[in-house]
Amino acid sequence: MPEHDQELDARGLNCPLPILRAKKALNDLTSGQVLRILATDPGSVKDFEAFAQQTGNELLESTEKDGEFHFLLRKAG
Amino acid sequence: MADKKLAIIATKGTLDWAYPPFILASTASALGYQTCIFFTFYGLQLIKKKLDLKVSPLGNPGMPMPMGMNKWFPVLGTTIPGMESMMTTMMKQKIKAKGVATIEELRDLCIEAEVRLVGCQMTIDLFDMKREDLIDNIELGGAATFFEFAGDADVTLFI
Repeated sequence: MPEHDQELDARGLNCPLPILRAKKALNDLTSGQVLRILATDPGSVKDFEAFAQQTGNELLESTEKDGEFHFLLRKAG
Repeated sequence: MADKKLAIIATKGTLDWAYPPFILASTASALGYQTCIFFTFYGLQLIKKKLDLKVSPLGNPGMPMPMGMNKWFPVLGTTIPGMESMMTTMMKQKIKAKGVATIEELRDLCIEAEVRLVGCQMTIDLFDMKREDLIDNIELGGAATFFEFAGDADVTLFI
């Protein structure tokens, strides 16, 4: 698994909370650092793609395992 | 990215219709939009200090009811006193169980994200509402105030 600098547990939360919490968590990181997000909302897969595309933060990885979604976001420079 | 702008007019004062403006505004802020919500008529209920939002099954055939109640429950049944409170309680339980944010939570997130919240002065006067009944983080204004912001908005929604 690629390394990450911080982890956000958004499991059990529904739209738009995973995105809003992720945005907040990214604010505390410096550019280039990586945030790992755990979620259970199936809608978050599409939403994190859209979030990355619109904010310039890079979605390094998006995986699913046992009904859980894991994302790696690298903060934009 | 140069800031995009989202302008929303919120006109509904029920629990279900409170979600779209706050969900969209908070998300837009997270995406880097400058966002403004103009609350008018029943939408003013959403910026009260003490929220008392309800959802009504009355005249709402699209509302899913538990146990297929909407199939056999007569429409007139939805007028029974207490139905509104019952459906509101059930809706709130569902919201909690599914991990959906409360309106209070979403509203706080909007305030934190510096979404501009504008209360319509005319409807506040019309309904004899008091400024002190409304949350502090709002400004008051009229139609011209809305257009000042919305005039060059990229997305404008009437909800």
